[in-house]
Amino acid sequence: MKFRSVFDIIGPVMIGPSSSHTAGAARIGRVARHLFGREPKSITISLYGSFARTYKGHGTDVALVGGVLDFDTYDERIVNALTIAEEKKIKVRFIEEDALTDHPNTARIQLSDEKGVLELVGISIGGGKIEVIELNGFALGLSGNSPAILVVHNDRFGAIAGVSNTLAKHEINIGHMNVSRKEKGKEALMTIEVDQNIPQVVLDAVELLPNIIQVAKISE
Amino acid sequence: MFRNVAELVELAQSKNIPISEVMIEQEMDFRGSSREQVYEQMRNNLVVMEQAVKRGITENVRSHSGLTGGDAVLLQNYMKSGNSLSGQTMLDAVSKAIATNEVNAAMGTICATPTAGSAGVVPGTLFAIKEKVNPTEEQMVRYLFTSGAFGFVVANNASISGAAGGCQAEVGSATGMAAAAIVELMGGTPEQSSHAFAIALKNMLGLVCDPVAGLVEVPCVKRNAMGASNALVAADMSLAGITSRIPCDEVIDAMYKIGQTMPSALRETAQGGLAATPTGRELEAKIFGVALDKK
Repeated sequence: MKFRSVFDIIGPVMIGPSSSHTAGAARIGRVARHLFGREPKSITISLYGSFARTYKGHGTDVALVGGVLDFDTYDERIVNALTIAEEKKIKVRFIEEDALTDHPNTARIQLSDEKGVLELVGISIGGGKIEVIELNGFALGLSGNSPAILVVHNDRFGAIAGVSNTLAKHEINIGHMNVSRKEKGKEALMTIEVDQNIPQVVLDAVELLPNIIQVAKISE
Repeated sequence: MFRNVAELVELAQSKNIPISEVMIEQEMDFRGSSREQVYEQMRNNLVVMEQAVKRGITENVRSHSGLTGGDAVLLQNYMKSGNSLSGQTMLDAVSKAIATNEVNAAMGTICATPTAGSAGVVPGTLFAIKEKVNPTEEQMVRYLFTSGAFGFVVANNASISGAAGGCQAEVGSATGMAAAAIVELMGGTPEQSSHAFAIALKNMLGLVCDPVAGLVEVPCVKRNAMGASNALVAADMSLAGITSRIPCDEVIDAMYKIGQTMPSALRETAQGGLAATPTGRELEAKIFGVALDKK
């Protein structure tokens, strides 16, 4: 069953006009922000399909940037997100892509500052629900509905066991887990959806494990 | 966990509880939350809906495109003349549905029920009935749980997305959800709720999604108005003892199959239907500088 909560049906509370083009877009932006972990200096957003065709009328542009500014779907500041970004001297650029994608509502977000770059592809699947399908070139499926922890690591034996043992030690239950790698033995990504928000001490503990490169979390 | 309307009604009957209670218990179970937490979240949604309705019927809300706004106020003024043919509750529901969608189109705050484009029907009918029968807050919150229970079945067995299933999946689903909830609030049985849902959705089958310029405005706002009136009539019919000859779950299945056979031009692409009329194209060109089909 794709929809499991009554609040997927009666909800979300959101700024109009479109649950998939506005609320979903804000959620995609916000996941990118949480994974980046800080406010970026520059935002580049590529829009595909229906997003590319109607983003101005639906406020998809302001919603995506609002999400990157860490605004929730119902935050009234979304309407002024572009102005707020400008005041914060954040560079914002939109690219309307012609390429066909698997889903009609697809956005690619690149966030950057002097410390690093993050690139994420999100799709908006209806009623405000979203999925993140790509992160820094890794394929993944992330609903954004549950808290999650993302761990970039070296593809070596024991790396996955180390992370799951650490979570078990802190009594955090794993609801869904996925591992993807670009190439055998190289960089890989663990995506772990869990039942409760993850405290910083757990992230710190995971980061100290052997073969771990980077850790990020998404709160509910 | 119920998977279809038959199971939902059966659960309510066997435990001798209303459909809203089945939904509340399932939600508590799914989230591992207390009754208070689940209730409170829905109460918040109710507050958002009431604020949107109030704003829409009192302020002259306008969308950025200029395509919609101000009609809810016109209807409220017209109702005061006392000469309306449809009756006060009917027009109140219609105007409050329009109010919600006008606020939505103007990038105001709304609660998606089940989507933003169909957000007017459930609150529109609810706040009109509030004027008529003065329900308790709990009855109003339960109205949303009952709506949600039926929407839950549709979302999991068919679709609530216009892009996937046409407007029958959005405003059609919202109409059935409202009809079922009206029946419970007015003292009908779970089975009567399911008949009201079936009657309402049957009369929304085949509804295409053809938003002018791809915006959630024309015809979406007025379709919510018609959905609200349809929901009231379907609920009244069911409360009168009229039943749907086709069972609720089969109507939902028919809706899903119709959606699948609908060409994509009629599913939220702004390529067919009203969006493709000469005036629709003209408005599109005015808003975006160029018609989407020329892009």
